Amino acid sequence: MAVTSSPAIAGRPGLVSLVFQRKSLLIGLVVLGAITVFAVLAPLIAPYAPNRLSVVNRLQPPSGRWWFGTDEFGRDIFSRTIYAGQLSLLVGAAATLLAAAIGITLGLVAGFFRKADGIVARIIDAMMAFPDILLAISLVAALGPSLATVIVALGIVYAPRLARIVRASTLIIRELPYIEAARALGVPTWRIMLRHVLRNLVSPILVQATFIFAYAMLAEASLSFLGVGVSPEVPTWGTMIAAGRQYVGSADWMTLFPGIAIVLAVLSLQLVGDGLRDLLDPRLRKDL
Amino acid sequence: MTRYVIRRFLGMIAVMFTVVTIVFVIVRVAPGDPAAVMLGPDATAADIATLREKLGLDRPLILQYLYFLGQLLRGDLGQSIFLNMPVLSALAERAEPTFFLTLFSILIASAIALPVGILAAYKRGSLFDQVATTLAMLAASIPSFWLGLIFIQVFAVRFSWFPVSGYGGPDASFIVRLSHLILPATTLGIVSSALITRFTRASMLDVLNDDYVRTARSKGMGEFQVVMKHAFKNALIPVLTVIGLTAALLVSGAVVTETVFSLPGVGNLVVSAVLRRDYPVIQGALLVIAALYVLINFVIDMLYLVVDPRVRY
Repeated sequence: MAVTSSPAIAGRPGLVSLVFQRKSLLIGLVVLGAITVFAVLAPLIAPYAPNRLSVVNRLQPPSGRWWFGTDEFGRDIFSRTIYAGQLSLLVGAAATLLAAAIGITLGLVAGFFRKADGIVARIIDAMMAFPDILLAISLVAALGPSLATVIVALGIVYAPRLARIVRASTLIIRELPYIEAARALGVPTWRIMLRHVLRNLVSPILVQATFIFAYAMLAEASLSFLGVGVSPEVPTWGTMIAAGRQYVGSADWMTLFPGIAIVLAVLSLQLVGDGLRDLLDPRLRKDL
Repeated sequence: MTRYVIRRFLGMIAVMFTVVTIVFVIVRVAPGDPAAVMLGPDATAADIATLREKLGLDRPLILQYLYFLGQLLRGDLGQSIFLNMPVLSALAERAEPTFFLTLFSILIASAIALPVGILAAYKRGSLFDQVATTLAMLAASIPSFWLGLIFIQVFAVRFSWFPVSGYGGPDASFIVRLSHLILPATTLGIVSSALITRFTRASMLDVLNDDYVRTARSKGMGEFQVVMKHAFKNALIPVLTVIGLTAALLVSGAVVTETVFSLPGVGNLVVSAVLRRDYPVIQGALLVIAALYVLINFVIDMLYLVVDPRVRY
């Protein structure tokens, strides 16, 4: 019987074609890419400086001149929305990196060393008991409101999510024969943890980090909206919506456009996270 | 089974103890002197010293911690600096709007999520499934405060169907209060329906292909009965867990939603406490809410023992 080789065996599909096969991942990447390009190139794209005041043009509705309208100080909402993207993306990315640094370290230590596991696992459980926004605003209250504090607070809030995943996977990997073999060969523990354990956890970490990025952006917007995050003068999507709150019913565009920007950013990150879960590790795929 | 219950109970106490320690640490990591921060820049050194003494901040850290634990065991959450009343009374006074907001939100979320999740799983891969899954993801991406503002714009300002904000004053009847809760509860309900929809769908997909479902069908049972009586009943346990935990986490959403709708609840109290640096209130709210979450988690685990015989080991 003739054996016909399937295309998958004949040649593994490249990363690009794998991405193109997943429509939602592709849409997520395109939208996220567009938001990032707009944010990074804001100085080139924005028709006006984000803080340029023009009192005579205050509360102008969207038009050919003011695409997204103007706010109570006559500032151009389109320019402010794309500038705000810079800060939102920065806070999201920095908080995710910090959460990853703390979460991965705690998870690896807890999963690898039995003695540390009891305490670290309990701390993870206890941290997960606090609702994220509530813990974040309490931390910001304790540390004092600033951009750096918001990043630190969100990093701490989301670290347990990663720690839990890394710990659970490390507990399984620790017992596998190749770890035993590495130990028998005299490979130092830190090297086993980094090269043999952590390397196998890249996929779940990446997927979870994408979701944390999305949650952190939502949380930052909430903190800014509540007035406990960055200073109200700094344009973030949250502070813009907070400023527009007083003009609900009379200048709805002030809240509409920054809100759409948040939804698009968070939605694209969720699509990317879901797509990455499918792409990187089919075993992790859940019909969620 | 008794051993499991005891082990789980001791585990809960350990987590509660860690929660208390974390809350203690959060308030004490404040850079500078919490008393000075609370009193603001105009406070004199004598004022700060008096408040330090009142809060016990002049004692060694370990003594402060032991005193804090002792207070908690007596059910004393301390005294609010700005409201000049015990934190527990301040929280209790504001509990009603938050309780009803959470309750109605979870009812609205379940009313949306359960039928949509069940039908999406039943019609897996169909247009309905795709639309439902996409909408669930969209709902999870919407900031609750933004959705709340849109609802105010449309239903309170434009159509004047519901009040814009508040809770109807101290003498308002329950019906009036309810009318104030409809928009905030719908906002929170829609946002939290996303997670429950996804879990219901996943949980139903797990059971729909099981042997007992096939057996029920081969007996000639009607599709509705197969799905609801055999499949959904078994898919319900993880779904109930998510609903329970969502209810506990909704308090987080309430912090933001209560601010948007100016509801005088616990969330609103916490935000004003943060803005005024009223640390005892922040500390008390964190403790009560986290303890509630741990307790709900424990109760759900105990309910598992009742509803699922496989867990009784």
